[in-house]
Order: sequence, then structure tokens, then C-alpha cells
Amino acid sequence: MPGLEHYLVLSGIVFCIGLYGALSKRNMITVLMSVELMFTGVTIAAVSMSRYIAPAVVLANPNDTGIILNSVLTGQAFALFIITVAAAEVAVGLAIVIAAYRIRKSVDVTELSEMRY
Amino acid sequence: MISESAAWAIFFLPIASFLIIGLVVRPFFNRFSKISAYLAILAIGGSLVLSSYALKSVLGHEEAIGWAAHEWFSLGGGEAFTFSIGIYMDSLTAIMLVVATSVSLMVQIYSMGYMKDDAGYARYFAIMSLFTASMIGLVMARNIVQLFVFWELVGVCSYLLIGFWYQRPSAAAAAKKAFIVTRIGDFGLLLAILYFFFNQDTFAAAGLNSLEIPDIHQAAVMGLIGTVALAWLAGGIFAGAIGKSAQVPLHTWLPDAMEGPTPVSALIHAATMVAAGVFLVARFFPVFSPDPHAGMTAAMTLVALVGGITAFGAATIGLVMHDIKRVLAYSTISQLGFMMLALGVGAYDAAIFHLFTHAFFKALLFLGSGSVNHAAGTFDMRYMGGLRKHMPWTYVTFLLGSLSLAGFPFFAGWWSKDEILAHAFNQGGVGLVVYGLGIVAAFMTAFYIFRVVHLTFHGEFRGGVEKKIADASAGVVRDGAVVTITADEESKRGEHVHLGESPVTMVLPMALLAVAAVVAGFIANPPFDLGVIQAHWFSHNLVMAQEPLLHFEEKAAGIEVGLATVASIVALAGILLSYWIYQAKGISTDRIAGAFPGLYRLLYRKYYIDELYEGGLVNRVFYRGLAFFAAGFDSRFVDGIVNMFGWTSRNLGRAMAQAQTGQVQVYGLGLSAGIILIVAAFIVWG
Repeated sequence: MPGLEHYLVLSGIVFCIGLYGALSKRNMITVLMSVELMFTGVTIAAVSMSRYIAPAVVLANPNDTGIILNSVLTGQAFALFIITVAAAEVAVGLAIVIAAYRIRKSVDVTELSEMRY
Repeated sequence: MISESAAWAIFFLPIASFLIIGLVVRPFFNRFSKISAYLAILAIGGSLVLSSYALKSVLGHEEAIGWAAHEWFSLGGGEAFTFSIGIYMDSLTAIMLVVATSVSLMVQIYSMGYMKDDAGYARYFAIMSLFTASMIGLVMARNIVQLFVFWELVGVCSYLLIGFWYQRPSAAAAAKKAFIVTRIGDFGLLLAILYFFFNQDTFAAAGLNSLEIPDIHQAAVMGLIGTVALAWLAGGIFAGAIGKSAQVPLHTWLPDAMEGPTPVSALIHAATMVAAGVFLVARFFPVFSPDPHAGMTAAMTLVALVGGITAFGAATIGLVMHDIKRVLAYSTISQLGFMMLALGVGAYDAAIFHLFTHAFFKALLFLGSGSVNHAAGTFDMRYMGGLRKHMPWTYVTFLLGSLSLAGFPFFAGWWSKDEILAHAFNQGGVGLVVYGLGIVAAFMTAFYIFRVVHLTFHGEFRGGVEKKIADASAGVVRDGAVVTITADEESKRGEHVHLGESPVTMVLPMALLAVAAVVAGFIANPPFDLGVIQAHWFSHNLVMAQEPLLHFEEKAAGIEVGLATVASIVALAGILLSYWIYQAKGISTDRIAGAFPGLYRLLYRKYYIDELYEGGLVNRVFYRGLAFFAAGFDSRFVDGIVNMFGWTSRNLGRAMAQAQTGQVQVYGLGLSAGIILIVAAFIVWG
């Protein structure tokens, strides 16, 4: 039976793979996908926290409805938000990629260095 | 007895005239600017009537009339210090009021003719009203701060009037010079006021207010202020008087003040601006002489010597000037020196007496010179002559004024000047030194004023402004210099000189002043009872007004016949010498000038004092010395600090900018590394 630690380690591994891809890949599409991977890692952490921490909190404060309501579904709600925002982010990101490609005929991120001083 | 509201009205009438002309007539009804003259004359006439009434009230009164001061504003919380304003009316105040208002009235009536058709007609009368009002406020002030406000207001008005024709650079420069030079003296006065301000506690312990003038008198006499402090206070007050009354070494502004309209000069020289300095010393006389029986204090010796040197030095310059107004200007400086000299030897009453008579004949002489200018178009006496036939009224009145100034027996100036000289002589010691200076100055006075009379009114007419402009164009050299024309003469280019008497508005005030110039001395201080007029009422009341503060013995009670004879002979000798040189042509002036070329140049260049101030003090010490150092300090040190900050941040930024590669992934790497470091630090030390 896997515990909270396992899920968190998984979450960390996925996040780090994504981070590595986002920082090292030269293709914009790949970078975008890596960012999605980082989102996924965070989502896993949020959901697993909700699953393992919330019941313990409820058990510790059986009579405080405020704390119970706050803790029970917070992680899941976060996960849903992250998925939604990630979808929007992908839409914007792809639009930028397409625009950049139209201008430069290339999707290499290292070539986009106009913002240096 | 004059009521307090009537006394305030003396001040508020001209103020009202100033406000109405300045705020209503000039902005909205400038087409009817003639109204402004009538308004100003009406207001000052009312003031004159009330002033005369005030004088009459004061004369029947044993002590100064002091109305309780009104609170102006308070400073501080618990032990609030209150500034108050009020009227201090003693015979000195009342006499000054009569002098200021009567001369001002004459000058303003005269100005109606003189300033006719000037574009700034309404402005002129507005400032003239303010000027008179400031002088009235000054002499009536009960509080030293109140006095200082009006003191500065007088300075501002003279600035505005000297620079009345501000389009002319020379007028603007003269106005600035008058203001700045007098400010140097004002600094001393301000320091004296600060001393009183910071020593309120000493005064309060004796139940006195350190800013009230009567209380200052009392403190000085009671010995509340130490001798040394008193001497310095007197020095500070006298510094203010030196600036205002154009004494050596701050006299240079007065001759330049000629750039203003001539009636303004008459007012400045007779009743308002320069009289303020003499008045100030007289007003604080107990500070100069706390114990009259102790003889002359150090401060008084200083006053006497400065007065004597001024009287002598200015008279010597007056001998050689070509410009009629400049001669009169140096004459004013010299006569003010006489007044200071009198104050210095303790002849408080004689000084004010001379101020009184001088106001009338000097105003008359200036108005006469304006009248001459009206006809000849120039103030340069080398281009005048023979005006006697064309302007008989001007000639007669000017001659009477000259006789009075020269000290011709039984004219106004004779009575007062003689009294001063007699007091100086009787004082002994330093008094004898200044008596010597004074008697020589009196001789030169008689000489130079009759030189003016001869050059202007006698002989043949020498062409006036037309000839002068022609000479200037031809580059004619006269008296060792190429003839140059002034802005005033330049404005008359193309006009023809038509000699003739001035209009009645100009002649009438001159005639009235001429009467005063003849009889003022006798009426004001007759040696014996004249029916309703008591003998020596003027001196008597002045000395009495200062009691119990002032006990200067009337050493020269009455005119001492011997001294009076000497003074009269000296005056007559001066008049005759000038007659011999300029009328009988006994000796050519060129020969005299040629015999002493160095002396002549020294006098003609006014002892090089202007050059000394301009070249030595202003240019070398201030401009090249002090200002050079200050500019170096500013551009090197102060600017250096500012530049250092700029340089540091610019170069720091340039170094930091190298990290900006534009590669987003590099930034991301740095960001991630940073987070990892923070987390790691948190794990290790957290």
C-alpha cells in the first residue's frame, strides 16, 4: 500500500523531469510540453495531500466545521484550477510559438534573445 | 488733544489714496489718470491738516502722547510674546509728520505739472502716496518691529521711484544700487532689533517690553543694558542711519538716485528717505546718550565724526559737479552730515531743527532744478545760463533757497546751521574737530550753491539740450572728457529748446516753499517771544519731549553772537568768491582746475569711491575672491558628490547588465538554482 511519501516522490520526479526539459530543450514545443509536465507534478502533490492530510485534520478537530470545510476538498479544487489554467496557458503558449515561427521560421528558443540589455 | 483715530488717519489717508489709485484708477480708469493726482493731493492735504493739529496738541502737552499699543500677533504658547503696534506721538514725531506731509504736498502739486503726459502718471501718484504713508508710519511707530517694517517700505518705495523710468538701464541700475547699498546698513539695524528680541527677559524683569520704543528709552536710561552692549546697539542703529541717510561710506547711492523724476528727488532728499536715518538716531537718542551729563559717549563720537567727514567730503565733491542735480545731491549728503554731526555732539534739537529747515529749502532747490530742466531740457549746467530773464519765478525762488542753504543771515538755514556749529564748538574736544570740518563745509556750501545760481541763471544762455546733443554727436571734448548725453536728454532729441516759465502748478509750490525757506528758521525757533509764538518753542519742546530721558544742557541757549558772526562771514565769503569767479570772471575756472589737476580729478571722480566699490570690493573681493572660491567649491566639491553617485550607479549597472543575456532558459536556470539553494539552506539551518 503506497503512502503519502511515494506520491510526493513521484510528484517530485515528474516536476524535475519537466524542469529539466524546460531549461534544456531548444525546441519551443518541447519546452511547452515540459512545462505541462511540471504542472502535472504539482497536481499530483496537491491531490495526494488532500487525500492523506485532510482526514487527519478532520479527525483532530471533529467539532470545528470551519476547519473541516477548508481542508476536505482544497487539494482537489487546486488540481482542477491547475488543469484549467494549464489549458489556457497552452493555448496562449502555442499562439506565441506560432507567431514566433511566422516571424523567424524557427522554433529555437535560444534564438529569441532580443530582451538582453 | 488729538484723538487716536485722528492720528491713525494721518497714516491711513495716503494709504487709502495708494490703494484706490493702485487697485481702481490705474487698472480700470487709466484714461482718467488725472484723478489720481487729485486723489493723492487730497489725501496728503488731509494728512497735513491732521499733522498740524497733532503738532499743536503735542506742544500743549508735557509728555509724549502714547496710546496703548494694540496687539498685532503673539508668538509661543504659555509665555506668549506679543508684538504690538501703536502710535508714539511726541514733538519729534509731530514735527517729522508736518515736514513729511507739507513737503510731500508741495511736491505732488508740482508733479501735476512736471509729470503731465507721462505714461505712468497714475503709477507715479500711487507710489508717491505709499512713499509718504511709509514715512508717516515710520515716524509714528511705537514698536521697533513696526518701525522696521516702515523703514523697509520707505526703501522699497524709493527703489520703485528711482527706477520709475525702468526702461532706462541707468535708472534700473540706480534703483538697484539705492536698494542694495541701504540694505547693507539695514543689516546693522536688524542686528540691533534682534538684540532687543533676544533680551526680552531682562526687560520683562523690569516690567518693560523690549520692542516698545519708550521702554527702550527707559531701559537705556535706567542702565538696564550694559555700557558695551549699548555702544554696539547704538552702532547697529547708526549703521541703519548711515545707509538711509547716505553718510560716508554708504553715500554712493544718493547721487545715482538722480535717475528718478526730479520731484521724486525732491521728496527723497527733503522729507522722506534720507530724513529717516536722522530721525532714527534722534528717536533712539537715549541709546546713544544714556547719561547726558557724562558727555559724549563712544557712539556719539562716531556719529559726530562720520557726520563731520560726510559734511566736509560731500561738499568738496559738490564744488566740481556739472550736473545741477548732482550738486544738489552732494549738498544733501553734506547737510545730512551736519545733522548727524549735531546728533553726535548731543545737539538733538539742533539736528531736528536743521532737518526741518533743510526739508523746505532742499525741496525748493530740487523743484527749481526740475523747472530749469523743463525749459533747458538738460541738467548739465555747462549748457544753461541766462535763465533769469526767461524764468523769473524760478530764479527768485531758487535764489531764496540758495541763500537759505548757504546760511545767509536770517534765512532759515542760517538759524539751524548756526545752532549746530555753536553746539559743536561748545562741546569741545571732538566737537572742535567737527566744528572745523563743519565751518569749512559751510563755506564750500555757500560757494557751490552760488556757483549753481551763476551758471544756471546768469550770463548768456549756452544752448540747452539741443547744443549738448549736437556737441555729443560731434564728439566735443569738454573738461577732459567727451560730452555724453543721458537717457533723459536722449529722449528730447529733435525737440527745440523754447525757454519760458513753468506752469503755475510748478511755480506755486516753489513759491510756497520759498516762503518757508526764508521764514521757517525764524518762526520755528525765534530767539525772543513773538506774541503767540514763544521763544525757542521748537528746541524747547524737542528737549522736553525726551524728559526725563534727556538732560543735555542747553549750552548754546540762544545764538551766540560771536559764533553766529563767524558763520555768517564764512557764508558771505563763499557767496562772494563764487560771484568773483563765475560772475565777475575774476579768474578762469580752467586755471584753477589746471593749477591742481590731481585734486580736481580726485574730486571730479568723487574720491574714486565708486571705482573702489565697483572695482575693488565688488569685482576683486566679491566677484573674483569670494564668488570665485564659492563657485570652485560648488563646481568641484558639491557637484563632485552628485557626480560620484551618478558615476557609481551607472558603472554598477553596466556590470550587472552583462548578466542579461536574453536567454530565458538561463534565467530559468538561475531561478531554479536559487530556489534549490534557499530550500537547501532551509533544510540545513532551518
